[in-house]
Amino acid sequence: MTDMVSVKGLNKVYESAGRRVEAIGDITFSVARGEFACIVGPSGAGKTTLLKCLAGLLTPTAGEVLLDGVPVTGPPPGMAVVFQEYGRSLFPWKTVRQNIDLPLRQKKLPRAERDRLVTDSLGAVGLADAGDAYPWQLSGGMQQRVAIARAVAYEPQVLLMDEPFAAVDAQTRADLEDLVRSLWRSLGITTLFVTHDIDEAVYLGERVLVLSASPTCVLDDVPIGLPAERDQVTSRSTSAFAELRTRVHRGIQDAKAGRRTSGAAA
Amino acid sequence: MKVLDATRPGKAPAAPAPRRRAARPRIAPLVGIVLAALAAEIVPRTGLIAGDALPPLSSVLAELGRQAGDAALWEALGRTVRTWAVGLVVAVVAGVVVGVLIGLVPILRAITASTVEFLRPIPSVALIPAVILVFGTGFESGVVLIVYAGFWQVLVQVLYGVQDIDPVAHDTARSYRFSVWGRVRYVIWPTALPFVFTGIRLAASVALVLAITGELVIGTPGIGQLISVAQSSGATTEMFALVLVTGVLGVLVNTGFRYAERAVLGWHPSVRRSAGAR
Ligand SMILES: Nc1ncnc2c1ncn2[C@@H]1O[C@H](COP(=O)(O)OP(=O)(O)OP(=O)(O)O)[C@@H](O)[C@H]1O
Ligand SMILES: [Mg+2]
Repeated sequence: MTDMVSVKGLNKVYESAGRRVEAIGDITFSVARGEFACIVGPSGAGKTTLLKCLAGLLTPTAGEVLLDGVPVTGPPPGMAVVFQEYGRSLFPWKTVRQNIDLPLRQKKLPRAERDRLVTDSLGAVGLADAGDAYPWQLSGGMQQRVAIARAVAYEPQVLLMDEPFAAVDAQTRADLEDLVRSLWRSLGITTLFVTHDIDEAVYLGERVLVLSASPTCVLDDVPIGLPAERDQVTSRSTSAFAELRTRVHRGIQDAKAGRRTSGAAA
Repeated sequence: MKVLDATRPGKAPAAPAPRRRAARPRIAPLVGIVLAALAAEIVPRTGLIAGDALPPLSSVLAELGRQAGDAALWEALGRTVRTWAVGLVVAVVAGVVVGVLIGLVPILRAITASTVEFLRPIPSVALIPAVILVFGTGFESGVVLIVYAGFWQVLVQVLYGVQDIDPVAHDTARSYRFSVWGRVRYVIWPTALPFVFTGIRLAASVALVLAITGELVIGTPGIGQLISVAQSSGATTEMFALVLVTGVLGVLVNTGFRYAERAVLGWHPSVRRSAGAR
């Protein structure tokens, strides 16, 4: 068993007074230890729902999620989540350092080690000087980097990221993409990265999972055979990149058209 | 490290310099006070109100000056403030603890909702006879009244506060496996704190009203009792001097809590905005 994350027959139905939404139809896939997998799908495809089920924040209606072979019933240890709404996920009443430190305190790490982890992670995201600021004194891109630093300092085995760069400008986005990739390469954390940006998915991942529209299933599973050393300009201009991009793009088109199986997958 | 190249180093912006306030808002309240003082001085002298029932402000202030040298006033003031403070502290602690508990446990919330809605509107003053029967005429009776009234003020605010938790912040705490205590201390409490302060401020004013009312009606020693004695012995100037003391007390209580709120809630948008906005 080398699968770090494995999802079997996952189904999620939101049920509230008079409204029933089948967000996830039937999803099965697994992610190997240390793999970087991107998940793309149209808006409303249930990507956030899937991530919350993986994180143990939502109980699936049917099916199961295994983390390192153990069924997930609540938020498991060794997992960090970077939320889509990063601004609201940082505590405004705590400084940047304290925000990163809090989860480590909950892990009962000794003081000296916490200090080291906080300092290292802030350095890694290029915010070494911002530790004493409050999150709301920082720009959106800086806040997102704090959220990433918090996740990295936690030393998770699995890192889940939900459209983390949706709200930042193109240049910051490119910088953050390279940041996430180099963190992944140096730390070897199994990473699941949700995005609706096809280029981003192909550029970042070792593998791209294409989701259908709701009720969701996996339409296509694209291995990304690009070299590990990637560069914003050269990697994106290769023909291999263009081919992968086209394949994922077609998958998304199928998803939007409501098809349940992809022609590209054949 | 390669990682460092990927991002531009960020610096925290320095805190904005406190903006100097415009001159007008500083003077405006003073004008109001001067006008009110003039009215309080002139109206009694016009004879609109019969006899000595309403003494002019200057003689009330002179009487207050005399009283300030008298230990009796300070002792009474001390008693009133003690009743107020003890009642308020108990009300706030009870309101916060019960509020957080009810807020954390949905079933408790459902069970208590109707009870809270029924008990809350009962005016504390209506309970005075019952309180005298049970607790006698000592200062405890005043404390009980204050606790009853203040408790609901704080409780209701804490319940609002606990409901105001950001779902993303909540999910964040859950995914990083915060303990129940960790969640209360680091997420629920800071979220509820602005509401708690509102509750405390409301409770503090109500508590002052009840401290004085209790002394007036029950006759427990304190400023309220002095007022009642002054009235029945026809010492109207002294009575108004004492009323002025209660007014000053009210203002001190209110401004004190406002300052405390600003000091503690520096991170909160309402405080942030008024500190740096234009
Ligand atoms: N708490 C909820 N209650 C009811 N329905 C919900 C809830 N959360 C999500 N849904 C529904 O589930 C579906 C999937 O939502 P989800 O947020 O998972 O999509 P998403 O893929 O993350 O979309 P986006 O790319 O816009 O973030 C939507 O139809 C949404 O209306
Ligand atoms: Mg989403």
